Amino acid sequence: MRRVLILFAHPRLENSRVNRRLIDRIPQAANFTFHDLYENYPDFNIDIEREKSLLIDHEIVVWHHPFYWYSCPPLLKQWIDMVLEYGWAYGTGGEMLKGKMIFNAITTGGNLDAYCPEGYNCYSIPDFIKPFEQTARLCHMEYLPPFAVMGTHKMNSAQMDHAAEEYERVLEMVGTNGFELKDVADLSFLNQLLAR
Amino acid sequence: MAAADFLVQSTVYLAAAVICVPIAKRIGLGSVLGYLIAGMLIGPFVFGFLGEEGEDLMHFAEFGVVIMLFIIGLELEPEKLWRLRKKILGVGMSQVLITAAVIFGVTLALGLVWQTALTVALALSLSSTAIVLQTLSEKNLMDTEGGRNSFSVLLFQDIAVIPILAILPLLAFRSVSSEEGSNTVLEGLPLGLQTVAVLGAVALIVLAGRYLIVPGLRVIARARIRELFTAAALLIVVSIALLMQSVGLSPALGTFLGGVILANSEYRHELESDLDPIKGLLLGLFFIAVGATIDFALIAENLVLVTILTASLMAVKFLILFSIGRFFNLLIGQNFLFAFALAQAGEFAFVIFSFAAQLGIASDQVLGLGISVVALSMTVTPLLFIVNERMIQPRLCDGIPEEEQEPDEVEERNKVIIAGFGHFGSTVGRFLRANGVEATFIDNDPDRVNLLRKLGFKVYFGDATRADFLLAAGAQDAEIFISAIDDPERNYGIVESLQKFFPHIQIMMRANNRYDAYEFVDMGVKNIYRESLDTSIRLGVDVLRKLGGTAYTSTRAGQQFLKRDEEAMWELAGHRHDEKAYISEARARIELQEELLEKDMEDKAREQDHAWDSEPLVRGFGAGE
Repeated sequence: MRRVLILFAHPRLENSRVNRRLIDRIPQAANFTFHDLYENYPDFNIDIEREKSLLIDHEIVVWHHPFYWYSCPPLLKQWIDMVLEYGWAYGTGGEMLKGKMIFNAITTGGNLDAYCPEGYNCYSIPDFIKPFEQTARLCHMEYLPPFAVMGTHKMNSAQMDHAAEEYERVLEMVGTNGFELKDVADLSFLNQLLAR
Repeated sequence: MAAADFLVQSTVYLAAAVICVPIAKRIGLGSVLGYLIAGMLIGPFVFGFLGEEGEDLMHFAEFGVVIMLFIIGLELEPEKLWRLRKKILGVGMSQVLITAAVIFGVTLALGLVWQTALTVALALSLSSTAIVLQTLSEKNLMDTEGGRNSFSVLLFQDIAVIPILAILPLLAFRSVSSEEGSNTVLEGLPLGLQTVAVLGAVALIVLAGRYLIVPGLRVIARARIRELFTAAALLIVVSIALLMQSVGLSPALGTFLGGVILANSEYRHELESDLDPIKGLLLGLFFIAVGATIDFALIAENLVLVTILTASLMAVKFLILFSIGRFFNLLIGQNFLFAFALAQAGEFAFVIFSFAAQLGIASDQVLGLGISVVALSMTVTPLLFIVNERMIQPRLCDGIPEEEQEPDEVEERNKVIIAGFGHFGSTVGRFLRANGVEATFIDNDPDRVNLLRKLGFKVYFGDATRADFLLAAGAQDAEIFISAIDDPERNYGIVESLQKFFPHIQIMMRANNRYDAYEFVDMGVKNIYRESLDTSIRLGVDVLRKLGGTAYTSTRAGQQFLKRDEEAMWELAGHRHDEKAYISEARARIELQEELLEKDMEDKAREQDHAWDSEPLVRGFGAGE
């Protein structure tokens, strides 16, 4: 069993269709911690010590958020700025996160076609997500490929339910040692684990 | 005194006080001068409501001085008094001796016989405890170096008056029956026994304070009857005064001692606040009586003489005080305060003069002139305080090079002044202090002031609407003035004073509610904080969350509402004057409320929260693909 921390950031959850379904399917097992940043820090005043101890208590961290403007919502960026302190997460003596695994779980309005050199977004998700990858690397963490639900603008209920089920399965694999690191190194998306 | 007579007299005194004092305060003259003027007006020489009973009244009202010294004693813990001993002896004794010697010389030169000259000199060397202490505390100057020195001198004079009264009979040309002098039970006892009795009385006060009064007060306090406590407080003062009088000591001195003994007890503030109004009334009465004794007829007859005598008396006293202040290393500003404060002759002079007249030492003419000069000098004193404060001190502050500054005395000036240390002000103050900003506090609740001082805050007790007081609190150097007072009327007064005298200061104003805020908008206040606003919205936000709203959206809704409501406040404040004159205030408020609600509805329709709304995206991109 691995302990999984889902750091969830959505500024307008009540209007979301996909993300509400996704978080509904997060496993209830004791090794999963769902932590809603906007619900906990509506004033952006992040409790750094609390966040640090949450990180220490878990082996796997998920940055779960809608993919806004090719990045995360501002509170998650605030979280990165404030919690990942020099000397704690990185830099001299900053090895508290060493060896933990981390990945982004994102939802995008555009589909896979939009995220390629020919699409209107020009670049792929793995391209866009590089800053997160490098953040993880600087903090001595293993960055896994992202889990992505894409094309949410045009999804019907059945498709959304299906996406949520996939999220649940991926989280379960992640939480139960369902894969080795080398298994996922060459994947673009964690979703692809399910195809095996 | 017949009952009807009593009612008439009370009406006259109270009316005179109630009319004159607020006017005097309003125009910055202070309450003492207000009472003095009231006394002059109702005295025999202007309206004549008050006849010769003025002097009896004065003796009765002198009890106010006794209570005042008790209260001052309450504020002075024994250790503090012990620290003052050098000042009391050094500054006090030199003042009395030198002043008396100089006046003695001058009066001798003017041709008085030496006995009369000595009496006059001793009488005039003393100052007015009542006027000086009352004025000093009203202006919050008791804790300054000048104030402390003045107090020390006055305390010494209180002691000195006892031997002075004792030697007067020795100067008498004709003997006088003893009961006309001091009638103490000790008369006739050998000197040694008298001394023992005096020391015994003092010891009795100390012991009773520790072992009788405090436990007694505890019992009375438990009865929870407020007036009983007041009665007990009065009983303490009166009985100490009686004891002192019976052994021939000054009652004021005795009650002062009693106060000091009780200064460490837990009932100190209660005693203080219970006696304070009584003290105030009696002192007021005393000042009225002083005003009433000014013999305008005599002054008019000898206008030049009285003026010259008064002026030269005060000049001489001033110069001597000033030199003593210099000798004892007072800073120049404090020295001016000290010298101006004590330059008058005091109520003891009345006593000494009348006693001397009985003894035949002073002729009726000397008596009349002396009393006029004394009363006049007392009357001028509050004016001198004002001259010192308005004309001399401001000049000193700027031009003085730093001379022998004692580090304790350096009044560090804070950039922020907070008026009112209730729940609102204390929260602001704590917040600022937690962030390294020290503020100067102003409050008119003595208990709170005391508590704050203990906590190391810089607090001034007093009325923040008064410009002179604001000056004393450092408004000249402050950048921000926070008014956390909840009484709108006082806040209006503060704003007026600040805008008039300290236009550089930024006013941050607590407003009780929207209507209160409108007044401040009208007055030109730029920073207005309605105490009911933020908290209500915060509560509302939490309600939204409890009803299932997400935290962040609820919070944003609150922020948005706050912003809109602030905008509406400024808009509607100007707006309300365009409307026809409202029939009633209530009607006006209802209309404003309606206007506000309408505005809320409009805003709601106009600014739906579209943030992170994906609908238009879905439509837009959907069409494009």
